[in-house]
Formats: sequence, structure tokens, C-alpha cells
Amino acid sequence: MDDSTASYNGPLRILIADDSDSDRLILKTLLTRLGHEVLDVANGLDAVSTFQREAPDLVLLDALMPIMDGMEAARQIRLLAGERLVPLIFLTSLSEAGALAHCLDAGGDDFLGKPYNRIIIEAKIKAFNRMRLMHQALSDQRDLIRERNRQLTEEQEIAKRVFDNVAHSGCLDASNIRYHASPQSIFNGDVLFASPRPAGGMLVFVGDFTGHGLPAAIGAMPIAEIFYGMVNKGFNGQDVLREINQKLKRILPTGMFCCGAMIEADFKLNQIQIWNGGLPDGWLIRPSGAHLALPSRHLPLGILSPDQFNAELERVVAGPGDRVLMMTDGFLESADRDGRVFGEKGVMETLDQLGADDHPFDAMMSAIHQLTGNPEDGDDLTLFCLEMAAEGGLATLPDRVEPSALAGPAEWRCTYEIRGQTLGEFSPLPLLLHICMEVPGLRRKSGEIYTLLAELYNNALEHGILALPSEWKHSPEGFGRYYQERNRRLLDVEGHYIRFTLQHSLKPEGGRLCVVCEDSGPGFDFQSYLSTAPDSAAASNRRYAGRGLGLLSRLAETIRFHGQGNHVEIVYKWQLARTAEKRDD
Amino acid sequence: MPIQTRCDDDGQTLVIRIEGRFDFSTHQAFRDAYEHNDPDIRNYTVDLSDTTYLDSSALGMLLLLRDYAGGDSARIVIENCNNDVRRILSISNFEQLFNIR
Repeated sequence: MDDSTASYNGPLRILIADDSDSDRLILKTLLTRLGHEVLDVANGLDAVSTFQREAPDLVLLDALMPIMDGMEAARQIRLLAGERLVPLIFLTSLSEAGALAHCLDAGGDDFLGKPYNRIIIEAKIKAFNRMRLMHQALSDQRDLIRERNRQLTEEQEIAKRVFDNVAHSGCLDASNIRYHASPQSIFNGDVLFASPRPAGGMLVFVGDFTGHGLPAAIGAMPIAEIFYGMVNKGFNGQDVLREINQKLKRILPTGMFCCGAMIEADFKLNQIQIWNGGLPDGWLIRPSGAHLALPSRHLPLGILSPDQFNAELERVVAGPGDRVLMMTDGFLESADRDGRVFGEKGVMETLDQLGADDHPFDAMMSAIHQLTGNPEDGDDLTLFCLEMAAEGGLATLPDRVEPSALAGPAEWRCTYEIRGQTLGEFSPLPLLLHICMEVPGLRRKSGEIYTLLAELYNNALEHGILALPSEWKHSPEGFGRYYQERNRRLLDVEGHYIRFTLQHSLKPEGGRLCVVCEDSGPGFDFQSYLSTAPDSAAASNRRYAGRGLGLLSRLAETIRFHGQGNHVEIVYKWQLARTAEKRDD
Repeated sequence: MPIQTRCDDDGQTLVIRIEGRFDFSTHQAFRDAYEHNDPDIRNYTVDLSDTTYLDSSALGMLLLLRDYAGGDSARIVIENCNNDVRRILSISNFEQLFNIR
């Protein structure tokens, strides 16, 4: 409250009720001389109606009056005044303590003895006016705070809706995903993103920002942007992690960071790759109930500079029915009434008791429910479960861009070659996919295009240049060996290259994309592959060094080998009619 | 006072000792503990022998101290952690940034 209001002693509107005409006149004259505006009545009933009509600042009431006495009038005036503080002073010649106390019980604030003393009257009116103004200021401030708070809550609710749309998004409704994110009245710092990858499989990010509320929520926005943007363009988990870390390092103040885990699930190779930085142990749970910890091996995101950051994901073999369980620390910190927390012990016990038919997600949720009584009470907590599944039943990548009515580039050709050490450090796939996606007709085929490019590239690199036998990948031991050897051989690729030549042209019925992939490896005996009918038993047994040729020939119009087999040419066609159809719906 | 500081014998090591919960409520006190100190201070020791609990905002505060003490060249020892506290530090892999013993 500011001083000018507190000391404000301007004229007041004062109501006097007294049945004695002479007393009333004396008081009225006195108060008028002090500069106040005076309303006077002769009984309680008139006092109440005048109060209602004129809303005076202060009321002086004779205790004993005809028709309605001062006590009753005081009660009614109090009711009418509601939240407004209107000082009520009794005028009385009574001096007996009980009678005076009775006046105050009826709602009076003070009393003035008759005969009147001008100095006392003036002082009391000033004092009560100060109180009235203070009350007024407090009420005004309370109303202001209430209003601000209402606005803030409303803004937060809207912001929270935006946040929820961003923070828990993607293909979280896929049939192989189960998750629980604590509904909170305000933001929490947990995020959960999942997206199918253009070449198949799924990428999932679970994150937990330090702190709560708006600061934590704001960090989630750029991460969501990076995650979905990059996954759609075909980047892998490692690339996305590097970008997220770099971004957070730049935008978050020191002391704020994001614990997180990236899970890249490949349903074709039956493997997951995981990176865990600061989240509690994740778990890989086999259908039998056997489980394997996926511990945090890295610092959280947003702490290390890009050159110190290690984004390498760990590979784990995971077949159909295997499940990956991740949680944020709010889950472990869930506690019962006495403060006993669920903790890692709770997780371990639940996992150990898991029967073959139990879904680990349900088991965890019911364990936490038993402990807390109500899991909704918890802190920010997220529990997430991904099941390895056959690809077919899963959500596919939505059409990201409606085919534009504007024609993109139609006639073009480009060659892109990566050489030497770059082969081990850089994937050209996002770039090549990006170039192809400039053609509107190819855009909704991004998954197929990516698969074609990825198969060609991986064949060229892993089998062509690194000469890795893919049979290794069919046993768990060989699997580890395969990737170990891959990393080792990548160190020695000096003088090698992979060259992509992409050529696109428009046809009356659509378009034609020709992709040529050449590598510096020794090639392979494609003649004998081609002489074996693709559906014969011999072909399926041999799986031709896993070169994914079956997949390529299914997607491409034609596939041809040149040279020693280290020069592959595929032709992919798209139809104009289909895009037109798409545009209509 | 839940946070106490003292200079070690050599006068170059500041020992910060935190009692009870090390969380956001100790934010200001923790900062005050290491800011505005003797310019001779070269090393920091965070003594957690009486720390019962540590949350993610405490991890953030440790990062702030690390930044203040020179970032990658900071010399900070975190010592006497109980098992729970130790576990939290290791889940976040803070041994990569601090000397924890």
C-alpha cells in the first residue's frame, strides 16, 4: 500500500443514526465542520436503508433507538457490507461494561461515549479511516493477485496443452508401445518421443530434464523438433543424439541438463541399439522373463561439448517378443505414505517375480500402484515399454508432406562420392534422400527410396568394401563379432570409395529414378545369384550373403549388375496417377 | 547452517560440507559457499559425509561449481558419499567430470 492512500484524510461520507434530535445535530455539525459529508437518520431501519442506498464509508449508530435498535442495524449493515470494511461505531451514554461489550458483539468496532468530545471523535474517525483504507488496499491487491494467478494458470494450461502435444508425440499409439506419463497440473520435465524410421524400425527418445515447470518444458521444444525432423530425414539415433546434445549445450544454462535414453529398434535385424545417459537402468526383458540391464554409461545431454560427447549406441540382440523397459527417476522415487521409496530394489523384485505371461509394463504399474495407493500422486514419472515386433503390424511413417501442386525438379542428375576415412565417419543417406525428396512425386515414397539407398549403401560398404560375411549376423556371438570387425575394418579404408549416381526424369505417367551405386570393393559373383530363380529353395537357403537383393528387386523396377558386381544399377518408377489420387483425399 | 566451508591447511583447498538434503533449497547457500572466496583457492573438495540425499538440481549445482572452478581444468573432489548418493552420481556418470572418492 502506498503512503498517500494510507494517510489520505479527505472528506468521508458518514452515516449517523440517533433518535435524539439534539445529539444528532451536535454530531452532524461537528463532523460537517471537519469537512465530512453527513447523512443522518433517526432509527435503525432508516439507517439500514440509507446504508444500502448511499454506501457510506463509516457508520455511527446510537445503541438504543425505536423501530430498530443499533444492535440489529449493525448486524444488517455488516451483512450488506459483505467484504467491504465499513467501521461501525456505537454512540452511547451507557457505561456498564457488559452493555458496551454487547455493542461490540453485535458487530461494532468501537464506541463513543456521550457527551461528545470533539478531539476524541476526530482521532477515532482518522484511526478507523486508516484501517478502512488498509483493508481496501489489501482487498485490491488480493483481487489483483487472484486475477493475475487466474491469467497465469490459464496461460499455463494452454502452454501445457502445447507441451503435451510436443512432449508425448509421434507413434506412441503404436501397438507395440505401452507408456505411462504422470498427468500433472503443471509441466513436468519428462519427454517421450517415438517415430518410425524411413527404412523401417523405430527410434525412441525418453528424457528427463533437471527441475520442473516451465524451464524444464521449454527445453523439450527444440528436442522434439530435432528428433522428428532428423528421424524423418533418415538420420540414425547417433546423429540425433549428437545434435540434441549440441543444441542443449548451447541453449541450457550450466546446471541444467537432460537425462535421456535413445533406443533404435531394428525389427529386421532383430537388434536394438541403446544409449543411456543418466536415466535409471533400462531393461531388456525376454518373453521367458529373463532380463538384462541397460545401464547408463554416459553423462546426461547438454553437459559435454560436441567434441567430448560420445554418442555411440550399444547393440543388443532382441528378437520378437522381447521388450525394452525404460523409466525416469520419478518412477524410482515413488514412495508410500511413510516415505519408503520404490527404488531399484522395487524394480528388481518386480522383474524377478515376472512370470512368462506377465507384461512387464503391467507388472511395474501394479507394483507402483500397490506401493503408493495412487500412482497419479507421484512426481514426474514416465514408464515406457517397447516390444520387438514383426514390422507388418506397425504404424508406418505418415505422409509428411502433401505432394505439392508445384512441380519440383524433374530432370536432374547428380553424382556423390565419399572416399577414404569419410566412409567410416559419415552416412550419405540423409543427404541423398533429401535430394530425392525434392521431387514431389517421390516424397510419399520416402520409405521405399530410403530403403533402396540404404540397402545399396550398406551392401557397398559392409560387403563390398569391408568384405564382412553377413552369415555372422545370424548367431548372437557372430553378431557381436560382425560389428566389432566392422569397426576395426573401417579404420583401414584408405583408397576406397562409394559413388552414387542419381538420375531422375519425367515420364508421361510419372517419373523414373535411376540409382547407380559403385564401390571400390572386389565385387561378387552376381551371375550365379541371378541364375538361381529368386523363389527357388536354393536361393532362399543361400540368402546370398544377405545382400538384401530380394528387398531391392521387390521395390525396384529393374536391378542390374555391371563389372564384377561392384556396380549396381536400379530403376525405380513412380506413377503420376497415385499422387493425384493422394491429393484428392 | 546446512553448508559449512573451511580452507584446508595449505590454504588452496576450499572444503564445502553439506549436511542433510542437497537439493534446490540449498542453491543459494551452495553458491555463496564458493563464490567470493580467497583468490588463492585452487582446489575444491565437496564433503558429502553428512549428506543424506542428493537430487538432480544438486547435480546441476555441482556443474555450476565446476564451471566456476575452470570447467575442464577444474580440480574438484567429491568425497565421503553414502551409497545412495554415490549411486545417483554414478547413474549420471559424474565420475567423468569429478574426482569421486
